Amino acid sequence: MKDYRYLTGVSTLLMTQASCAGCGMCTLVCPHGVFKMVGKKSQIIDKDGCMECGACVLNCPTGSVAVTPGVGCAAYIIQTWIKGKKLPVSANCC
Amino acid sequence: MSVKITDGKKDADLYSNHCRPEGFTIPETSAKNGCCPQDSPQVSCSSGNTAEQGEPCCGPPPSAPSSIHEKPGYAICRYVSGFLNTPVGFVPRVSTSLDLSDHIGTLYARSGFFRNDYKVAPGLYAAGTPDQNSPVLVTANYKLSFDTIRTRLKHSNVWLLVIDTRGINVWCAGGKSLFSAKEVVRLIRQTGLSRILSHRKLILPQLAANGVSAQSVRKACGFEVIWGPIRAEDIEPFIENNLKAAPKMRQVTFDTLDRLTLIPVELNFAWKPSLLAILTVFLLSGIGPDIFSLTDTVSRGSMLIAAFFTGVCTGAILTPALLPWLPFRMFSLKGLIAGLAGLIPLIFFFREKAAGMEIFALLFMGLAVSSYLAMNFTGSTPFTSPSGVEKEMKKSIPIQGIAIAAGIIFWVAAAFVG
Repeated sequence: MKDYRYLTGVSTLLMTQASCAGCGMCTLVCPHGVFKMVGKKSQIIDKDGCMECGACVLNCPTGSVAVTPGVGCAAYIIQTWIKGKKLPVSANCC
Repeated sequence: MSVKITDGKKDADLYSNHCRPEGFTIPETSAKNGCCPQDSPQVSCSSGNTAEQGEPCCGPPPSAPSSIHEKPGYAICRYVSGFLNTPVGFVPRVSTSLDLSDHIGTLYARSGFFRNDYKVAPGLYAAGTPDQNSPVLVTANYKLSFDTIRTRLKHSNVWLLVIDTRGINVWCAGGKSLFSAKEVVRLIRQTGLSRILSHRKLILPQLAANGVSAQSVRKACGFEVIWGPIRAEDIEPFIENNLKAAPKMRQVTFDTLDRLTLIPVELNFAWKPSLLAILTVFLLSGIGPDIFSLTDTVSRGSMLIAAFFTGVCTGAILTPALLPWLPFRMFSLKGLIAGLAGLIPLIFFFREKAAGMEIFALLFMGLAVSSYLAMNFTGSTPFTSPSGVEKEMKKSIPIQGIAIAAGIIFWVAAAFVG
């Protein structure tokens, strides 16, 4: 998604390359091409392209990726501000 | 394992063999001999050459005989074009084109008014005539997801496993943990999918990866998850290409048409607060030296309402439409620019009617509305991160609030000064 860029330096995405098994799963599931296989390890090549959807974290077999996943939606965030952080999944958003 | 899967065309045989007591006449036969047969209009109604001779012929011809798939209390959905007989029972075969009622349903779903009612029954469906070696596609049970995938399977013979995502689309359901490994496994078991297949592979849409853990599915039931392309239009090329996706099939896009189709839902989000806003505007506009003036309510109120709706239009229509071309990355600033574009001409139009303070009030409130609604569009885009949206909101909401408060003060004060 090169034509759309959002705020830079905000993504909570982190990767521990030491434990990466090199399966390439994160490069498959990421909808924004954030990861790339460099040699036998995956590497974050576009951290600011990350939208924190959490697909990589959920599908990494070695737990080498971490992110605070969530819904990038103003209405949802306002609800969490008002009602506290733990909202049921059925919260009326997007 | 060899599995015999018969086509739905044999329905009539099944009908006569299994579902009726011996000696019972199948309605199809009686319809052929009966009066006013539908398929031979040249036969005169008064010919009387029927089983029930002597009975007066009246009314329209009888409708087609009921099939064994019609069950008391159930209706066969319009998108079902037939049934396949499989080891786990009859599996509905989906139509791969949309009819008028599908299109009307799409309009309803897109308008946002009835979108929560657009659920498809979860379970196993077929497209074409799949067999034990055919691929299995997995999707959400939101009408638009289901319609999108089934209409892209015109040349395919595949199984379609529809997950109970409570009527929510693939990506959002993944984000809400409704499209999850647990649900996928539950449905595999419920449908008896393993008994139909000679393989153990599922093709899931890539955008379900934020809810489904491929390892969990494999551990729980032995099925391997293959991440399919993001867009349904790529599914047939993906299958032809031995389940390999080209790099561009793995990246989300957000073109102008995608953005425009989201506008009705954005407007739907705005209409309830709008009613409240209109009421408030009329109340505020009436306040003046005479305590409350109905004349002012209408004459001044109409200006503020015009500014409000300009803000709604620039925030919820213009901003999504022009998103990539509006400057700044924060949506609230994009909305501000779009708002200026709409409000400056409006204020020019009211230049003789509105006093100085009123002009500021119109501008402040209109811009705040536009900026807020633009910010709300973040939830509909496929590229804004929650951390980013939260950061933007913390900066923007206080300013939007101050603009509204200042606007109200100026607006009410203008009545006393003016």
